[in-house]
Amino acid sequence: MADELPKSEKLIDVDYSPPSRGWMDTPVKIRKGMYCYAGNPKSLELLGAPNPRQWNPLDEDWKLPDNWKEIVFEGLRERIDKFRSFKVFMDICVRCGACSDKCHFFIGSGDPKNMPVLRAELIRSVYRNDFTKAGKILGRLAGARPMTLDVLKEWWYYLFQCSECRRCSLYCPYGIDTAEITIIGREILNLLGLNIDWIATPVANCYRTGNHLGIQPHAFKDMMEFFVDDIEEITGVRVEPSFNRKGAEILFITPSGDVFADPGTYTAMGYLMLFHYLKDLGLDITWSTYGSEGGNFGFFTSHETMKRLNAKMYYEAKRLGVKWILGGECGHMWRVIHQYMDTMNGPADFLEEPVNPITGTRFTNAKSTKMVHIAEFTADLIYHNKLNLDPSRNDNLRVTFHDSCNPSRGMGLLDEPRYVIQNVCKNFYEMPANTIREQTFCCGSGSGLNAGENMELRMMGGMPRANAVKFVKEKYDVNMLACVCAIDRAALPALMDYYHPEVDVTGLHEMVANALILPGEKKRTTNLRGEPLLGMEDEDAE
Amino acid sequence: MNANYMYSLIAVIILLLLAYVGVAGMHLEVLFGVIIPYAAIAIFIGGFIYKVVDWAKSPVPFPITTTAGQQASLPMVSPALIDNPKNKTGVVIRMLLDILLFRSLFRNTRFEVRDTNKFSYELEKWLWLFALIFHYAFLTVVVRHLRFFTEPVLLPVQLLEKLDSFFQVGLPVLYLSGVALLAASIYLFLRRVFIPQMRYISLPADYFPLFLIMGIAGSGLLMRYFAKVDIVSAKELTMGLVTLRPTIPEGIGAIFYVHLFLVCVLLAYFPFSKLMHLGGIFFSPTRNMPGNNREVRHANPWNYPVKIHTYEDYEDEFREKMIEAGLPVEKMPEPKENLEEGKKE
Amino acid sequence: MPNNSKGMYNKNLVIAGIVIFVILAAFPFWFNVGRSAPAPEIILTEKAIAAEDCVRDKEYMTLEHMQLLDVWRDAVVRDGKRIYVNPKGVEFNMSLSNTCLDCHSNKEEFCDRCHDYTSVSPYCWDCHIDNPQGD
Repeated sequence: MADELPKSEKLIDVDYSPPSRGWMDTPVKIRKGMYCYAGNPKSLELLGAPNPRQWNPLDEDWKLPDNWKEIVFEGLRERIDKFRSFKVFMDICVRCGACSDKCHFFIGSGDPKNMPVLRAELIRSVYRNDFTKAGKILGRLAGARPMTLDVLKEWWYYLFQCSECRRCSLYCPYGIDTAEITIIGREILNLLGLNIDWIATPVANCYRTGNHLGIQPHAFKDMMEFFVDDIEEITGVRVEPSFNRKGAEILFITPSGDVFADPGTYTAMGYLMLFHYLKDLGLDITWSTYGSEGGNFGFFTSHETMKRLNAKMYYEAKRLGVKWILGGECGHMWRVIHQYMDTMNGPADFLEEPVNPITGTRFTNAKSTKMVHIAEFTADLIYHNKLNLDPSRNDNLRVTFHDSCNPSRGMGLLDEPRYVIQNVCKNFYEMPANTIREQTFCCGSGSGLNAGENMELRMMGGMPRANAVKFVKEKYDVNMLACVCAIDRAALPALMDYYHPEVDVTGLHEMVANALILPGEKKRTTNLRGEPLLGMEDEDAE
Repeated sequence: MNANYMYSLIAVIILLLLAYVGVAGMHLEVLFGVIIPYAAIAIFIGGFIYKVVDWAKSPVPFPITTTAGQQASLPMVSPALIDNPKNKTGVVIRMLLDILLFRSLFRNTRFEVRDTNKFSYELEKWLWLFALIFHYAFLTVVVRHLRFFTEPVLLPVQLLEKLDSFFQVGLPVLYLSGVALLAASIYLFLRRVFIPQMRYISLPADYFPLFLIMGIAGSGLLMRYFAKVDIVSAKELTMGLVTLRPTIPEGIGAIFYVHLFLVCVLLAYFPFSKLMHLGGIFFSPTRNMPGNNREVRHANPWNYPVKIHTYEDYEDEFREKMIEAGLPVEKMPEPKENLEEGKKE
Repeated sequence: MPNNSKGMYNKNLVIAGIVIFVILAAFPFWFNVGRSAPAPEIILTEKAIAAEDCVRDKEYMTLEHMQLLDVWRDAVVRDGKRIYVNPKGVEFNMSLSNTCLDCHSNKEEFCDRCHDYTSVSPYCWDCHIDNPQGD
């Protein structure tokens, strides 16, 4: 964590009074800790993205192309013509303010430009100036202002302080979705080479190696072998995952983050154990090193980049000849799969309507896209009583569940994970109603903002979530924050560490695997993390 | 920030004076009573259609429904059929609830920091309530005004009048809708002035229609209850307009023309302003699409092929490492590489 | 990113919406096609013509008669006063039936014409019978 990061007691003391000067007259001040480093030119080059160069957001000169204003204007025009959402959202906001206090970044920072309405107005003001009669005639009176370098910097600064979580869109009486505006705004910024490295480099990695972390195929397999060893050590059972195997029935794709860092790794181990358990029941599944990334940071770059990365899923499914695809726990990955993939890269007519080979359940809700969420899959297994579970092995956990933004508001996956949790764990407590399910708060690090250099921003954005966790921690002694998102698993530990270190973070399938009784396993004394199970402390000591 | 509503207030006062002086001082009854009303209605209808057609020219490339509840997936979950609609029926109900009852706004919460840093998100219904009052009062007032545009006056309009004047307060009997409209617009205005965040985000374009509507409601109340105008002549004028036989009857008070002019300004301003949310809500993709995106494919009319890094490209780069790691490959290495391997041995 | 379309999307729905909008917005125009609705002509009885002056002058009576009657009602019913003196000093019996309808005995041609035209339904007639002379 950056040294400059203030103490949490200080950070939480937010000043919500807006400046006396109007927002159009308050120039952007780019502050350390609040932004991510600029995109590495090598990554941009690999993707063929515009204007690759070294630049620093703190510098006066951003090394823009000479005709940058024209590029922005044309970029706006093109997107107005191609996205009804964007055009309508530019026109119909009445500034009722319903969204203003719904954004976690506003709650955490008090910066009025983090109110969704104002974030959108940053772009809307330029739209009015360039594209509406009222704006052309009345200028500032109609809320219009011309594009300037300061405005552009403001766009960059605040569009990368939005995690595209869509909480605001839930409350908007017209369904205006700031995420859509941010997505398109970032797309336009990318035309000028204005992006952040935490997104650009994972995108380049994913493009080349199949995953954000740039793990090459042999290394990917190696890392999985470590898990296999760890699992054997804990359970006495050796699982045998397969990779790039043609003719498998199902292809499994999950975010690479879970292969790389704790606590996501335990979730990855969970998948391996679940698949091993199901093997004898008829599961025929393969991983892919080429399609080794469920997440899609292209989504945070442009629609085109999203499509270029996402294309690998169907491409690989077709090459391997599988019947359908199973997807791991991830947030924005599921927004992309649920709301974009089939449209962009479908129709997937070479696949079949997904059927659970163990229960026979037809996943009719995935009939066209042919990709099933693992929480759906596991919930179905539990529902049909196919898993031999011992929830008492999770008795040391007092769990609450963090709904990730994208599966909540871009899909509606709310009760499947809860159903699974309640079957693998006895102590489950919900956070306050207005902070979960469709009203859930972002972890503060979504949409590619989970870098290290913007830790202050992340801790601000995660403040509402941390505050809700604090509530259940104090009331129910909750010590585990469960989630179905790899960015959450990467971001929430830092957040918990900062606000209340007593709470840990877990993925859903880590808990499943801890409860799952594998045939032929030895007596388990620890969970996947190597922590002694309740009542097993002595045996662990032996 | 005060400048923002001062500009709008001044604008509305100027408009008001314009009509008053124009009629009372310069006797431009024909301009304010015939020409401007026709122009305003033409701009309103034409502008509205233009805007809607303009929106419709942009496609909806992706189904970006905001799912506000459980999806329909498996038997152990109960789907939110309205908030996360899986079919058109659900979408229609969701839209109707949003359009008629402002359901999304009904969710509104207010964020507050309580002592010991406890965040609270209490339900906040005032905005919803006053927005609802404002819009339904407006609708009632508009429908009620059909008594000036139909002859004989339609029965439903008469019934609405009866209902609106149910309490029989004063003479002429008080219409609740008129007072409610004025009160709600004042509430919406005060909200913008007194809530710091609201004041910060409000533009002149937010105050202007509010002042305009206050002016319309105010002048309406004024000429009904205080500075009365000859209502028969007023109707003669309005009926003349809608029967395309425009006339300017003698002796309608100037305040009538002020009222009419402000209405005309509102109509003409409508299509070019945020007031188009009336049409826009029907076009909002986060609300008017079902959440069944994995079940039914949505087609994007401008979907175009993109450059991707194929598996073949990938294998070409990593083939040796893959073989070494025991990963299956499509193509065995080139003979040259075999030779090299042979050399090593 | 190519964009090669200039037509409307969801055309049928949008056109249906526009048609509904136009029908609603232009309702007064199409509803009144072929109609004309001149202001009603009010007929004064001979007695009214002969009287020349009403309780107050014509302009006042046109705009404020409902207020006058309201004041009269309160004066009679609540205060028991029956005599009204107008600004000219002329005294009148405060009575709708006996004073107003004495001259304006043609309710249908006098009161109702304007009231119907402007959709005003005063509750005077809930109690007062239309035409006392008819009895």
